[in-house]
Amino acid sequence: MTAQLPALQIAIPLLGAFITPLIGWHRPRLAGLWALAVLAGAAALAVALLMQVTAHGPISYHLGNWAPPWGIAYAVDHLTVLMLLLITGIGLMAFLQARPAVAVSMPGREPYFYTLFLLQVTGLSGIVITGDMFNLFVFLEISSLSGYALIALGEDGAPLATFNYIIIGTVGACFYLLGVGYLYIVTGSLNMADLANLLPALYHSKVVLVAFAFFTVGVAIKMGLFPLHTWMPDAYTTAPAPASALIAPLMTKVAAYVMIRIMFTVFRPEFDIGVIPVATILGWMAVIAILVGGIKALAQTDLKRMLTYIMVAEVGYIVMGISVMNRPGLTGAILHIMNDACMVACLFLVIGALAHKGIPRTISELGSLNRKMPFTMAAFVVAALSMCGLPPACGFFSKWYLVQGTVAAGQWVFAGTLLVSSLINAVLFFRVIEKAYLAPGGGHGHDDQQHDDGHGTANVVRDEAPAAMLAPILIMAALILVLGPFSGTIIDAVISHAVPAAF
Amino acid sequence: MTDTVISTRPLLAVLVSFAAGMLILATGDRRPNLREGWTIAAALIKFGLVVSMIPTVLAGKVITCRLLTLLPGVELVFRVDAFGLLFGVIAATLWIPTSFYSIGYVRTLNEHAQSRYFFAFALCLSSAVGVAFAGNLLTLLICYEVLTIATWPLVIHHEDGAAIMGGRKYLVYTLTAGTGLLLATVVTYSLAGTLDFTPGGFLAGHAPDGLLMLLFVLFIAGFGVKAGIMPFHEWLPTAMVAPTPVSALLHAVAVVKAGVFGCVRVLLFVFGPNLLRELGIWQAMAGVAAFTVVAAGLLALGQDHLKRRLAFSTINNLALILLGVTLLSENAIRGGILHIANHAFMKITLFFCAGAIYAKTHKDHVSQLDGLGRQMPFTFAAFTIAAMGLSGIPPVNGFISKWFLCLGAVQAGELLFLFVILTSAMLDVAFFFPIIFNGFFREPRPDVAPRIDEAPLIMVIPLCATAAFSVLFGIMPDAVLHFFSITTHAVQQVLGG
Amino acid sequence: MLEYVIAKYNYWVYVILMMIGLYAMMGKRNLVKKLIGMNIFQTSIILFYVSIGVKKGGATVPILEGHGHGGHQAVDVATILNPLPHVLMLTAIVVSIATTGVALAALILIYRRYGTLEEDEIIAARRAAAAPKAKDQAS
Repeated sequence: MTAQLPALQIAIPLLGAFITPLIGWHRPRLAGLWALAVLAGAAALAVALLMQVTAHGPISYHLGNWAPPWGIAYAVDHLTVLMLLLITGIGLMAFLQARPAVAVSMPGREPYFYTLFLLQVTGLSGIVITGDMFNLFVFLEISSLSGYALIALGEDGAPLATFNYIIIGTVGACFYLLGVGYLYIVTGSLNMADLANLLPALYHSKVVLVAFAFFTVGVAIKMGLFPLHTWMPDAYTTAPAPASALIAPLMTKVAAYVMIRIMFTVFRPEFDIGVIPVATILGWMAVIAILVGGIKALAQTDLKRMLTYIMVAEVGYIVMGISVMNRPGLTGAILHIMNDACMVACLFLVIGALAHKGIPRTISELGSLNRKMPFTMAAFVVAALSMCGLPPACGFFSKWYLVQGTVAAGQWVFAGTLLVSSLINAVLFFRVIEKAYLAPGGGHGHDDQQHDDGHGTANVVRDEAPAAMLAPILIMAALILVLGPFSGTIIDAVISHAVPAAF
Repeated sequence: MTDTVISTRPLLAVLVSFAAGMLILATGDRRPNLREGWTIAAALIKFGLVVSMIPTVLAGKVITCRLLTLLPGVELVFRVDAFGLLFGVIAATLWIPTSFYSIGYVRTLNEHAQSRYFFAFALCLSSAVGVAFAGNLLTLLICYEVLTIATWPLVIHHEDGAAIMGGRKYLVYTLTAGTGLLLATVVTYSLAGTLDFTPGGFLAGHAPDGLLMLLFVLFIAGFGVKAGIMPFHEWLPTAMVAPTPVSALLHAVAVVKAGVFGCVRVLLFVFGPNLLRELGIWQAMAGVAAFTVVAAGLLALGQDHLKRRLAFSTINNLALILLGVTLLSENAIRGGILHIANHAFMKITLFFCAGAIYAKTHKDHVSQLDGLGRQMPFTFAAFTIAAMGLSGIPPVNGFISKWFLCLGAVQAGELLFLFVILTSAMLDVAFFFPIIFNGFFREPRPDVAPRIDEAPLIMVIPLCATAAFSVLFGIMPDAVLHFFSITTHAVQQVLGG
Repeated sequence: MLEYVIAKYNYWVYVILMMIGLYAMMGKRNLVKKLIGMNIFQTSIILFYVSIGVKKGGATVPILEGHGHGGHQAVDVATILNPLPHVLMLTAIVVSIATTGVALAALILIYRRYGTLEEDEIIAARRAAAAPKAKDQAS
């Protein structure tokens, strides 16, 4: 049984997804519980895989017992289990919140939402678990397609944003597919481990170089790396809150994972450094991404939209960590994938709670929110401080490694960019915190009534989100605080194995 | 080397006020007496824990509490050595009077959001003691940043325009500084592979001089912002919009002292006196500190707002501490470190007095205080004692530290800096004594009550107590809390190490 | 040079198709035309894959007879077609159809909402919808 864990990790959410509407036709309420059970099962499997991998090392699972490179292999190593844990964990948290939210926002259609939700989790898990280049494309499209559908369920502008996302997302996926084809022409293999052995002899082949270029651009589109991020703010802003809490933290991170896989598993660091100056190019793109993301975020009045632009900057962080090509840098990048997923998940869950309570997302209308929703806002503050890279929250530690990586690479501009960006984040988030904690009145305070009594907030009634929505928020906030001090342990146990030995 | 004692006491000392903070939030505004009970209980427990470490440290041992590995070779570790203990004792001791005083202050003025206030206060203390006991730069940095954030709700407590602007200024200065510190710490780690504080420094020989100088500037600028070194002092007077107990404990003891403490840690335990001498950079540093001393003194003369005047006096004294430490002679370091303790007692007294006056009469400008000494004689007496101390007049404790500072300047052969120290004492007299004179001898304003009408006892007793302790430590510097012995230990560790 | 071009004509075809698709996606203002462009783009890649599996000169499907214990058996590579690219494209076609389906569904939603599929008109309609709101906020 334990030998089949990797297959079950995909099979359970996939089959669960298709059973969900069947149950939903008869018992809509039961469908939610079913999907929850499936997600909990997937999370439990991820934990079991983590135990197995940390105890016995990476697993190579041969699907249908076809030996690679002919059959499809699932390669479960340390990085994979980390990502699986993130995907299933955040998926579970997002789902806990989605259930009550969906019941209100799209009554009667919940089972379909749950199906898409599970498919999304399946696709993302598949991307990280597979050891086969083409299989990865298939899972990429499973997650993208379910993502398109989920986003299209959102508010007014959602269909248009979705359509743009489909067009540009498909281009990204096609570029990736083209890269796979090019590699296949010269090597005749689709298996990552096999490719890693075959490719070094071909590093100077033009076909390989072009393949690499297609991979990079395709993945950069999926991860929303500047200047290919244009689909992201619209899509994530208009997505329904329960869906954005799943997609926003995970999609970009999984794409970043794919980038790491291609650059460090399929190709070797020697290629990324010695053959083409991809590291340098990515590094400078990251600098621009971080700065532009931050500045664009400053210009936003909509809280959710602001977060999406911050995500553009955060993607830049991860790419910068990859681009410096040394151990602390890549450690920081992987750590930041984890930390940022948790922070973004927490923030979007908070947005979900606000949306559920019908609170407008405009920052200027968030006054007295701490009175209304003290626990939600406390979680928001924790995530925000983490985003600013303040200890002991986890954001500080990934920033530490990233800065250390840039310093080790002698890239002082990169280091400076990281530091400036955390200050920009501080401005962004303290603007919100100041508003939510200090501004008197309900936000319509253009008249002078707010000065009636020094602190005219006494009449605000506490109106906290229901416990089912609040619990995942608080769990994520607690996680943000716990992951920080324990990051050393996590790096020792997991991430250090994911960094190529050459570093 | 020094003996190491493994103990969880440092951790407990840090966590006790954090736990109290959580209990305060949980208790909320509905049961204020229970809530204040948590504050006072935590203050007493913390004091007990910290004081219980004094004998061990005086026996030449170091108390260590290792928690987690954060980076290869760097742990989250609390290590209590003599210098750390000194700061810890100051913070823990002064939290007790401040707690009582705060209760009196916020209740007298009927402040809003009292739970948040006491919560943030407890969190500040937690992190301040964390700063004191941090065993390496990373732990220090973590506690330091927590302190930064925990102070913000206190600065903006009034939630009016001035408070919010003050809060923003505070954040801009301190977060930027924190960022610089992060960079400096990362570079240090990359160079040396360790961040553990070592008496006498660990950075020597790890990098070319130019880079070391750059690091030095980054570190000192980073910690110097909180220590109010010019030109990074501007936030400090602005942050005086905070309630007075906040100004008292945080801006005279915890926050700014954390900055000074960090500077001294970097000077003596990261770079070390020998390296500083080799680089020759201590002279530049001393020059900046001396400039700050004089300029802050001059600026204080021009302030009519009492708390702003005190703020500039704080800047002046903090720079004096740094000047002492950067002179690098034994007596100067001793004087500087001792002044951390002495200044804390005197300055908190002064702020307590300012707060008592404000709570009673709503007066906060120097020009409004004519004749108020007749109405509030105890407050003004305490004020006089503390002001004398800061001006270096015996028998108050400020005299002791200034004496050693002067000796140190002579020992270092830097007569210019001796002159600076003496000038500063004269400036102190110049900006404090008019207040005292006005209070006691000017014709009372019409609104001054003709009889004794003090602030509530819960405020007057703490300020008298701190004033009394200032005198006690002036006469017997080693009494009760053994500040003098601890300082001597710290100096020996650094110079003899 | 001409020979070089002609010898690899399959690649040229796919490149040209791809550029047509890319142009339609970027240059056309009608959303359906964009979608058609996307389809052409996907199809070009499918053609590319299929063409790399082609072998001339009577190569056939790899049904091997009389092999023993699954060990490696020498085959004449020239007579065997590699079926894998074609098989992969079956999946890719499914993906492409699914994408088109989702995109069409989105287009229906858009058409219901705005009554048009011209991008310019949609943007104008959105601006018009947002303008009064902004005026409210400004006042």
